[in-house]
Amino acid sequence: MKRSNVGAMDSVIDITGLVKRFGTTTALDGLDLHVTRGEVHGFLGPNGAGKSTTIRVLLGLLRADAGTVSLFGKDPWRDAAELHRRLAYVPGDVNLWPNLSGGEVIDLLGRLRGGLDEKRRASLIERFGLDPTKKSRTYSKGNRQKVALVAALAADVELLILDEPTAGLDPIMEAVFTDCIDEFKDEGHSVLLSSHILAEVERLCDRVSIIRSGRTAETGTLAELRHLTRTSVSAELAEKPTGLDDLAGVHSVVVEGQRANFEVDTVELGAALQALGRFGIRTLTSQPPTLEELFLRHYGEDVAPEDVEA
Amino acid sequence: MSAFTGTWMLLRFQLRRDRMMLLWWIAGGVVLYYSQAVSTKGLYTTQAQLDKAAKGMESNAAFIAMAGPARALNTIGGQVAWQAAAFGAIVAGLMSMFLIGRHTRAEEESGRDELLRAGAIGRHAPIAAVCLLVCLANLVLGLLIGASLASYGLPANGSFILGASGGLAGLVYGAVALVAAQLSQSTRGAYAITGAVMGLSYVLRAIGDIGNGVLSWLSPIGWGQYMRAYAGDDWWPALISVAAVAGLGVAAVRLFDRRDIGSGAWAARPGPARGGRLTHSTLGLAWRLQRGSLIGWASGIFLGGLAYGSIGDDVNDLLGDSQFTHDVFGQGGGSLLDSFYGVLALLLALMGAGFSISSVLRLRSEENQHFAELLLSTGVPRWRWAASHLALAAVGTAVVVGAGGVGLGLGFVLVTGDGGAFGRLFGASVPYVIPLLLLIAVTWLAYALRSAFAVAGWVALGFCFVVMMFGQTLRLPAWLMDVSPFEHLALLPAESFRLVPLLVIGALTLAVAGAGMVALRRRDIA
Repeated sequence: MKRSNVGAMDSVIDITGLVKRFGTTTALDGLDLHVTRGEVHGFLGPNGAGKSTTIRVLLGLLRADAGTVSLFGKDPWRDAAELHRRLAYVPGDVNLWPNLSGGEVIDLLGRLRGGLDEKRRASLIERFGLDPTKKSRTYSKGNRQKVALVAALAADVELLILDEPTAGLDPIMEAVFTDCIDEFKDEGHSVLLSSHILAEVERLCDRVSIIRSGRTAETGTLAELRHLTRTSVSAELAEKPTGLDDLAGVHSVVVEGQRANFEVDTVELGAALQALGRFGIRTLTSQPPTLEELFLRHYGEDVAPEDVEA
Repeated sequence: MSAFTGTWMLLRFQLRRDRMMLLWWIAGGVVLYYSQAVSTKGLYTTQAQLDKAAKGMESNAAFIAMAGPARALNTIGGQVAWQAAAFGAIVAGLMSMFLIGRHTRAEEESGRDELLRAGAIGRHAPIAAVCLLVCLANLVLGLLIGASLASYGLPANGSFILGASGGLAGLVYGAVALVAAQLSQSTRGAYAITGAVMGLSYVLRAIGDIGNGVLSWLSPIGWGQYMRAYAGDDWWPALISVAAVAGLGVAAVRLFDRRDIGSGAWAARPGPARGGRLTHSTLGLAWRLQRGSLIGWASGIFLGGLAYGSIGDDVNDLLGDSQFTHDVFGQGGGSLLDSFYGVLALLLALMGAGFSISSVLRLRSEENQHFAELLLSTGVPRWRWAASHLALAAVGTAVVVGAGGVGLGLGFVLVTGDGGAFGRLFGASVPYVIPLLLLIAVTWLAYALRSAFAVAGWVALGFCFVVMMFGQTLRLPAWLMDVSPFEHLALLPAESFRLVPLLVIGALTLAVAGAGMVALRRRDIA
């Protein structure tokens, strides 16, 4: 088994070149994912990119066809049950036994994980406003999610694997969730968070990995990712600018009289502004990419390979 | 827009979804009847042989309890009607039950019904569509049974009467299922209610057919058999079935009108806020999930046993001293009464196998509904999750078979006052636990290899049933019949106890179950 060279102790999830096929379709095609201790790692990608498949391989439910997968330095397929005592999982689509009450499900999952913190259980039920006496069949999607979240957060674990955990929660409950993740992280624990809610990702995640068609497209901190994308610049100049097209990293130049609009790779922003300065800047607005733009760029079909590698 | 807007569209949609299922059920039903005609004709080459066999069968209470009243057994048609009618009715009933369940309660449970109803669909359109579907399926089934038998050369009138009796039974059980789907909040519960009604009506007619026939008039299977296919050909009992369908249908619609979509007839009660002892372990969870089914099956088989037992020793009159009966039932040298109860004990065990198989299949539904995913993401290893349900299936099977044995013994003792008989009848039932465990192991191995293979469990049970019921008349080759583990056991109390077959079957069970454990470790969990 492959040992992680940079301090095996700090590596929580270590996936390299993971391949998973279902019949003739290839769900994961050389995926890499690394999560270190104490970080909240955002796991992003368009629908069907392979996020849930990756998580199910990590849980030892699916067997990897190729690549190395290590969880706390061990093989999740072989040591599934042992590893699961150290993690809690909230699926994207929470299905609960219809004739068990929410309280029963929380206790069941907690005990099977090796015990849960009574005080935390009570406070979480309170904070999430959950009625634990209702039968699972009568819960709404959001309430089923709360049951799974309470069970996961009340467990005494080091890693949370959350697959779109807030998709059914109202904004107030989402805030509660965010606080809970902060507290969990403050204890030095790690989270793998798959989510489409960008504000949540921005607020919570230290690093993110964006996957597309079963491969890792991008990984890094949000600042790093921003750095790899383009800033849009709009300027009013003293004289008609020329030669903007020839500048390195500048795209989509539109010059109308003394106005210039263009996009520039964020790494080349300084050089572009210097070049612009030669024409006498009267007004200048420069807009860093919003998170939405960042993701649209990575999710969209038109990402050229060189953009991804950058 | 009327309450029925969209009915045709829904019907076409349902036909599209169910076309393979309908094909298999209808083909299976027709083959059940047709194969009886072919095998009977092949078995008895002269009328004299048929006369002789008929005499033996007419006086055999076990046969009558299993199949129905003996009428015109010295004709091919009479033989076909006798052997196929009761099981044909059950097959048609199961087909209707599954069709109704799939398109009513299961749709509501999954939320798909909501999606449909949000469209331009009349309030009663989904129910109307599935009723049409069930009518259509049973009509085709009945017509094909009649046409196939008539084309084989049996009297046309009797053939279509026989086909109609099967189709009508299907309609009655379909109507029962429709009512059950309104009462129960879960599909599983609706099937349980319908299955219980089917079991009850099978047992009622068995007692009626052996006795004075009154109880048979309370059973949809009895109504069909009173149509006397090939033995007088009466159409009028069909009116009882039609009336029953109409009455149940109206009741179902009334119930439907009074409830909310998604709810049952009774409001859901709150549950405990804390998990009790039962949520400490996967075994506790398995018990929590399956206890309703186990209690239902155990009581059902107990009542079935009680009913059979209450036939008492009256069978001696029926059995007479026909040489044929001696040949078939007296092989072990025991008394004919003992043979009769030996067969009934086996029959009860095979019915109880319904619990065994469905209990193992719980694993499949736990996986398909993603409950397994949640459990296996905790500290539970796969083997322990599976072993919990398997342990419950095994112990539950022993309880169900035991309940049948207690019922059989108790019924007999209550009627005859012969207290010593209890142990013999109970003891006759208990050994069948072992072959049922093998069925559990086979179902489990199939599931462990691939979730979709799990249906092999029902196929295996169906095979054992066919071997027991029709093995002789279909003239199955000996090696094929030997595949059924039940063939190897001593027919207690008529024969003397043999330990070796039980040990061999037990060892085989362990090996198959072990292979299942290896298989589950290797595959992906959905």
